[in-house]
Amino acid sequence: MDFKDTIIALATPLGVGAIGVIRLSGDQAIAWVNDVFPTKDLSKQAPHTLHYGRIESEGRVYDEVVISLYKGPKSYTKEDVIEISCHGSPYIQESIIQLFVEKGARLARAGEFTQRAFLNGAFDLAQAEAVADVIAADSAAATSAALHQLRGGFSQELAALREELIHFASLIELELDFGEEDVEFADRQDLEDLVNKLLDKVRPLVASFKAGNAIKNGVATVIVGKPNAGKSTLLNALLKEERAIVSDIAGTTRDSLEDEWVLGGIRFRLVDTAGLRDTTDVIEAQGVQRTQAWVKKAQVILYVVDVSEDKPEDIQATLLEMAELDIPLILVLNKVDENQPAINDWEAMGFPTVAISAKFGQGLMDFEQILLDVVGLNQVSNSGTMVTNLRHYEKLKQTQETLEEVLAALKSNLTGDLIAQDLRYALHHLGEITGAISNDDLLKNIFGKFCIGK
Amino acid sequence: MQQQAYDVIVVGAGHAGCEAAHAAAQMGSSVLLITMNMQTIAQMSCNPAMGGVAKGQIVREIDALGGMSGLISDKTMIQFRMLNRSKGPAMWSPRCQSDRMRFAEEWRMVLEQNPKVDFWQDSVQQLLTKNNEVCGVITRMGIEFKARTVVLTNGTFLNGLIHIGEKHFGGGRMAEPMAQGLTEQLVQLGFESGRMKTGTPPRVDGRSLDYSAMEEQKGDENPSSFSYLTESPIQEQRSCWITHTNTKVHEVLRKGFDKSPMFAGRIKGLGPRYCPSVEDKINRFADKDSHQIFVEPEGWNTVEIYVNGFSTSLPEEIQFEAIRLIPGFEKAKLFRPGYAIEYDYFPPTQLLATLETKLITGLFFAGQINGTTGYEEAACQGLMAGINAHQKAQQLDPFTLSRSDAYIGVLIDDLINKGTDEPYRMFTSRAEFRTLLRQDNADERLTAKGYELGLATQKRMDKFQQKQHDVAQLLDQIKTSKVKPDEMNAWLEQQGSSSLREGTPIVNLLKRSDLSFSTLLEHPLIKNIKDNYSQEVIEQAEIIVKYESYIEKERLMVDKMKTMEDLKIPETFDYDKIKTLSTESRIKLKSIRPQTIGQASRISGVSASDVSILLLFMGR
Repeated sequence: MDFKDTIIALATPLGVGAIGVIRLSGDQAIAWVNDVFPTKDLSKQAPHTLHYGRIESEGRVYDEVVISLYKGPKSYTKEDVIEISCHGSPYIQESIIQLFVEKGARLARAGEFTQRAFLNGAFDLAQAEAVADVIAADSAAATSAALHQLRGGFSQELAALREELIHFASLIELELDFGEEDVEFADRQDLEDLVNKLLDKVRPLVASFKAGNAIKNGVATVIVGKPNAGKSTLLNALLKEERAIVSDIAGTTRDSLEDEWVLGGIRFRLVDTAGLRDTTDVIEAQGVQRTQAWVKKAQVILYVVDVSEDKPEDIQATLLEMAELDIPLILVLNKVDENQPAINDWEAMGFPTVAISAKFGQGLMDFEQILLDVVGLNQVSNSGTMVTNLRHYEKLKQTQETLEEVLAALKSNLTGDLIAQDLRYALHHLGEITGAISNDDLLKNIFGKFCIGK
Repeated sequence: MQQQAYDVIVVGAGHAGCEAAHAAAQMGSSVLLITMNMQTIAQMSCNPAMGGVAKGQIVREIDALGGMSGLISDKTMIQFRMLNRSKGPAMWSPRCQSDRMRFAEEWRMVLEQNPKVDFWQDSVQQLLTKNNEVCGVITRMGIEFKARTVVLTNGTFLNGLIHIGEKHFGGGRMAEPMAQGLTEQLVQLGFESGRMKTGTPPRVDGRSLDYSAMEEQKGDENPSSFSYLTESPIQEQRSCWITHTNTKVHEVLRKGFDKSPMFAGRIKGLGPRYCPSVEDKINRFADKDSHQIFVEPEGWNTVEIYVNGFSTSLPEEIQFEAIRLIPGFEKAKLFRPGYAIEYDYFPPTQLLATLETKLITGLFFAGQINGTTGYEEAACQGLMAGINAHQKAQQLDPFTLSRSDAYIGVLIDDLINKGTDEPYRMFTSRAEFRTLLRQDNADERLTAKGYELGLATQKRMDKFQQKQHDVAQLLDQIKTSKVKPDEMNAWLEQQGSSSLREGTPIVNLLKRSDLSFSTLLEHPLIKNIKDNYSQEVIEQAEIIVKYESYIEKERLMVDKMKTMEDLKIPETFDYDKIKTLSTESRIKLKSIRPQTIGQASRISGVSASDVSILLLFMGR
């Protein structure tokens, strides 16, 4: 890898479109474009300006384009950057790119612009990761979570957390290294309060991953139930289209069917499955097996019951079995148009319960509200920061667990050096998210705040 | 005057110089120790004490490797305390009060008894070098001594300048001359130098103090010792005393602030924040009405007293007036005032991990010349420099310790990578693997290494192996021998510990937080262990059992860090190639030339993103 390279890539998707954008970054970006842009001298133009003109080389006109001119370090990569907006023909785009490759530009690898931005200090690791998320975001909530992270909201929250951890750790270290000196030490209760305060910040962040992950990747929502309970009808009702074939014949859906559905800015991946029953039909039996596999991967299970057929005791055994998976389950009582169920008896089984008629669209609003509640989108952190990245989640989870150990240690009167060891791990885990690992922070904090020395 | 050529010349005979001379000679090199004054070998220039938090661990490490500071401290102490006993084992820190005169005498005897050590009383003014390689020294008397390697341990003597109020005069210590010429030559050779400052309190006449106004601080009831070789710890001990300053004392001291060399800006060097002068303390922490004063005897027989906590460079009349307002000091007679001293040091980023300078082959620096403070910090550098000077002279492999091996490794790694702006003192918080670097296991970490070098003696190695054998055997015994509920439950109840339901190995009882080994050893069925194993072995086994999970976690962390240490950076790596590195970090990387990515990450000024850049360039 060499930063001396000027890199080039198509910034818009390949294919026919109204326009295409080609991006160059590096020392030579401006000079090379200037060579083939006879309209004006780009090297003399102010940064952050647009320039209309022709790309022309050796008598050949490539296209009429708009040039966006950025000079480092005030650019995405902090290097000189040119973006050429040309017509969206793949032929034109490829010719222009080829023109610059011949001049010495190197085709950028995937993510290389962002990598340069990171390496040039434009943002930290967590922000760099957010760039990819913003680009991939496909719902309102996902976009806002990723943008929040990109703007540094998440990093700021972590930095604040880390500062408090350092403060806490230095109180403990003070006691260790300066135990012989004339300093007042924080009492155990104050320290406990401090850990609790930290945990109050970490826990919502950890909890937000459930929602954050749902927002980013969609919520795997698996519809199960006995054959002919109306699962496919529910799917169609939610999607508002005839996606699944429905009939009165039990076992019509023999394989799982998956589709996406956006509710309240959240993407749900709905999976309609083959009905659960003992069967001798080989194909249907395979479908049932697949259903069971889906259920294990589900983030929410919608258990659909035909209340015109079944009573709570009929499905109790199956439900108890599913409850062991520890996946949120909603009991959907279908066909209330045919038979008004005794809701209390169903609710007594301990699951969120809703009565609907999939066929007539009755009760779907209630159902949607319950679904959003179950997914847990009310569990976002106070500041609105949401953890959407698995790596961050794992580190925060480790931080939380470590802090919980610290709390337990304080309560059982464990000595400071052992508590300090855990605190250092917590700092280490946090530092790994943004890429900053602490060195002398502790001592600096101690010297800044306490009168030490014989 | 025709002189023999030495393998190693050591300049300066303080804690660093003595350890360096002893180590090199012990390993077989011919050594010349040059000191300005034979009467002040191994002077404790400041407080009469060895060890303390983190420092005591260092003394144990020096001892485990085969150095002498531990044995000499044991022989000359007047009080011993194991600090932090109430905390976990990583915090236990041995500390002693020493008899200042006997300490110095003992060191001199040790060195005199080594036939490989020659002495010369003089001051070194110049190094002899050839093609950036050291080949000897020239003294003030104009005598040339040839050597393969030279270890400089000049302490506070290089252009030393003593300040008391508005007075200042040249000197390396009170009543001793400074050393001139050497700094200037080193700067000419290309070294960067700087100024540092330290200070010391007044000494008073113990006969003039009223101890009834103070609180007594006794030594431990069951004292132990620094050296793994010491068989019988100190029997009788002398007490220290604690008193406090008050607002009246502070008022008087404030009167002298306008004449303070610190506040008036006459002192340019930076002093240690953790060892501040008393005027610094009342200036920076104005809301504190009182500071602790430790009254420390300087020896068995002398009446001289060291006033720990009252370091000052205010005018002597202010010192005198203020000290007499301290409870117990009403009639105090001063032997001499406190003072501040400024001296030259060489930023230690100019050193390799062996403490050899990067500029001049065969030239080593150790102690305060590297910007450290403290006897223990100096002694361990002297030891490492002495070992490596010998290795170099005999064309053997360099010897270094890592951050997970020893505090010594932490200290040197910090110095050469981060450098230091203020006198560097060791703290346990500097060690990321504190739980592994305990005073009880320094032998396990280092004695085999010392033995392999030819520094630790056979006797030391045998003793260490015997201990390891005993510990293993004891652990085996408590893991295999079970105790039954009917034998234990009544007794356990008495101890407030929960009862057993079935036969259980003793080790499971030891794991309980409410049972110590010493309590368990009171039980008639377990008592016999005491007859077969030493206290040291029992203590070691207890730590291994009780803190197993913490030790294990720390080991995993070491392994994790090790992956970064294993990523070698080619010696010829061209940092100019990476223009994205910040200018500061490029300059640092080019001058320090880290050997691994792990080392690079510890250089101050090299940020996390710089490390990421390096990793990307190295193809990771």
